[in-house]
Formats: sequence, C-alpha cells, structure tokens
Amino acid sequence: MTKVLRIAFFLLIVRPVLLIVLGMNVRGREHLPRRGPAIVVANHNSHLDTLTLLALFPLRDLPRLRPVAAADYFLQNKWLAWFARNIIGILPLDRGAMKKNPLADMEAALDKGEILILFPEGSRGQPERRAEFKRGVAFLAKARPATPVYPVFMHGLGKALPKGSFILVPFNCDVIAGAPFHYTGSTEAFMETLESRMTALAAKGHFQPWE
Amino acid sequence: MPAGEGLSERVLWAIGAIFALLIAASIATAILKRRAPGEATAELSRRVTSWWFMITVLTIAIVTNRVVSTVFLGFVAFLALKEYLSLIQTRRVDRLILLFAYWAIPVQFVFAHWNSYGLFLTFIPVWMFLFLPMAMTLTGRTEGFLHAVGTLSWGLMITVFSLSHTAMLLAADPETAGPAGGAGLLLYLVALTQFNDVAQFTAGKLFGRRKIIPAVSPKKTWEGFLGGLGATILLAAAAGPFLTPMPFYIAAIAGAIIAVAGFLGDITISAFKRDLGVKDSGGLIPGHGGILDRVDSLTYSAPVFYHAMHFFVFSGRI
Repeated sequence: MTKVLRIAFFLLIVRPVLLIVLGMNVRGREHLPRRGPAIVVANHNSHLDTLTLLALFPLRDLPRLRPVAAADYFLQNKWLAWFARNIIGILPLDRGAMKKNPLADMEAALDKGEILILFPEGSRGQPERRAEFKRGVAFLAKARPATPVYPVFMHGLGKALPKGSFILVPFNCDVIAGAPFHYTGSTEAFMETLESRMTALAAKGHFQPWE
Repeated sequence: MPAGEGLSERVLWAIGAIFALLIAASIATAILKRRAPGEATAELSRRVTSWWFMITVLTIAIVTNRVVSTVFLGFVAFLALKEYLSLIQTRRVDRLILLFAYWAIPVQFVFAHWNSYGLFLTFIPVWMFLFLPMAMTLTGRTEGFLHAVGTLSWGLMITVFSLSHTAMLLAADPETAGPAGGAGLLLYLVALTQFNDVAQFTAGKLFGRRKIIPAVSPKKTWEGFLGGLGATILLAAAAGPFLTPMPFYIAAIAGAIIAVAGFLGDITISAFKRDLGVKDSGGLIPGHGGILDRVDSLTYSAPVFYHAMHFFVFSGRI
C-alpha cells in the first residue's frame, strides 16, 4: 500500500510540480547511475533537493533510492517520520550520535545494491551558497571503495523554497550531473576531488548570485 | 457565425496549411540529413521535431475553445517570466514580490479574455508598475533597489504584458475581427512571426554576408533580414484576406510590421542574454533553447501588430 502511495506521490504531485511550477534544466543526465550500489552526492539548498533528485530517476528505481537524512529532524514527530520513511524512503542518520560505526546502515544499504543520496553539507544552510562538505562521505567511500560516487550540482531550488520558508516561488532549477569517480588513496584526496568536481559542475552554469 | 463562439473553418484550413508546410520541412530535413550527416543536420532535425511538438500543442489549444487557448497563452507567458526571473539576479528579500509578479499573469489574461481594453492596457504598465516598487520599498532594503525594480518591471512587460496581446487578439470583437475571428488573427500573427524567424534564418544561411549588428547577434545579416522580410510580406498578403479583415495590400504592410518587429524582438532578447553571458535562455525546447528563445520575436510583434490592428483596422480607419 505504501508502495502505491509512494509512486502516486511522485507521479501525481512531485513530477507535475517540478515540471510545471518549477521547471528543470537537467544536464548530464546520462551520468546518473542506472543501477546500485552507488553514492549520489549533491549540494543542499532546499527540501526540494531530495524530491528533485528522486524524480530524475525512472519510477521503477524508486524502491532502490535512499536519501540519507537527519534522524533528529525527520523523525521528530510520528507523522513526519511516517512520511519520511515510507514516502520519501529516507535512511535516517543520527547526527552526532556516539555509535561504534555511524555508517553501518549506509554500508548495509550499499551492500544491498541501493543508491544512496547524500548531502555532505549536512544541512540546507544558507540557500544557494555552498557550505564545506563534511568528511563522512569520504569514510563511506573508503569503506566501499568499489562503489562509484556521482557528483550532482543543483541550483535554484534554494530560491524556490529556502530553509525557513513555506511559500513556493516558481524558479527554474538546474541540475548538473557529472561523471562518477572512486575512492583512491586518502580521505583528503577524496574530499579534494569531490570539491573540485562540484566546482567544475557549478562553473558549467551561469548562475547569478542571490543575496 | 454566432458572436464569439465556434471556430471558423478558415482557421482549420490555415492549420492544415501549416501542417503541410511542416511535412515538407520534415521531408527536406530527412533528405539533407541523408546527404550530409553531421551535427548541423542533426540540430536541424531536432528543431523540426520540436516544431511538430509546438505546433501540435498550439493547434490543440486553439481548436479546443477560447478559454483553453487563453489559459495556454497565459501558461506560455508564465514560462517566459519564470525563465527570465531564473536567469537574472534577484534579491532574497524580493521572493514574495516575485510571487506577486507571477499572480499578475492570471489577472492580465482574464482582462484580455474579457477583451477589456482599458484594464488590459493599464494593469501592468500602470498598476503593477506602481505596486511592485512600493512592495519592494516596504521590505525596507534599499541596497540593489533600483536594479531589482528595473529588471522586474522590464521582465514583466516584455514577457507577460507583451505576450498577453496574443490573448487580446483572440478575444477580438467578432464584428471587427474579420472572417476567421480572433483565432484567425492570433494564428496569423503567430504563424507569420515564426515563419519570419525561419525565413530570416534560412535566407541568412544561404545568402548572409553583411552583418547587421554583430556585437549583439553575430549571425544576423542584412541578406537574412531582407529575405525574411520579403517572404513574410508575400505570405502575409496571401493569407491576409483569408484570415483577417484586411485586403491583400494592407495585409502586406501588416506582414512588414510583423517581420520588422519580430527581428527587433529577437535582437532585444539577444542583447539581454548576451548581458547575462548565456547563449540559450533555457533547455526546455530541444534544438531551440528555452521558451524565451522561441517567443523572443513575438514579444515585439504581438504588441506592435495588436496595436496597429486596434488603431487602424478594428476602429474602421482602414
């Protein structure tokens, strides 16, 4: 039942809104992973980021897509928790929890062949301004070095629905997907590669500042 | 024909002629593609495919009924404004004010649908012109105020106000709209504007040598412009008596007006894109770019043609 609801939600609400109210310019769609395991890494501006990334994949891939999201935010009440778990299909992450291996759930998901969606900025933060990527993603890539990492740069959704706002203002959004890369050598080298890939993707667009 | 209702058969014939032209273009493209395979012909083929899509959508919107047609035209204006606002620099404090600008679209198109000339003409150039800067003032942020007011006002005018003239043509009084009604006038304007684009492009490719305004639009040549102008005048004169109340010699002048205005709209949008450093305004239409790339000529030809019609033809001066 929730499976049907999930598909209906994406087919009847998310996709029409993205297509009609917002409008997407997608570049490099051919780079997106066709099968798991894979790690999709994106910058984070808005709640719409997750929905947009999920909508880029065919509907049949939906069950295998797992956006990694903060447990303290999305599981704070039972309605949101139900929605986040069943409709969005999040993989909850305990921010700042003292666990033996905080990445265990993600590694298990990758081992099942799922596609993880990660926002290493850790929070939506200031819209349309990139914050420093946190290093967790490097440790995940190190733990599963055979899994390809797909960088995706997004622009515009932070204008349409920034943190702290509930009113959607139409803006075209840009999604620029890049070629995948793998973990090699050190976490520092990985983070540097990720940063430079992201910067290169961002430079493909002509984005005006948003102050 | 009963007042305002039903679609003239002439519109259907004109649509049939457009599709015949499209089939001819597809055949020509297929031959070219076979003779000279490569990126240039592949691009041409993408363009023709997009034309099929756009003309089919326009046809469905026109033949269904006038409400659907007007909603469709309003949606095109929405896409154009959205593309514009997404390209330019906007201020974070103005988010809600941009939302007001979007809400001007349904209001403007309702006024057009009512064929309410006074409301239609004053709503954006007077009321929104006064309202939007006032709302921006009330946000209390003066930094970048002039840039924000200027870009929003121009954007609303060039996209929504300009393009809403298409809906105004559609709503034209059946008494004065001519033998094919408002839909005939709309089709006349849109088909000639787009035909002129294609004719200028083709003539430019074949004969283009002397550049008109290389700093703005390096591919525009005098040969292309004049070739398009000539072809558009001929088609306008031929189609005028069939789709509009104009005799052929007046229709030829209308054709010249559409061709010149279309050209000016094209280079004006080019100047805007060049300032922002983008080649295409978006990626909505394969082979064409964004919606603004497609309706650039119409942003000038629609208001100029409408007001020429209003002043000379609807009023009975000609």
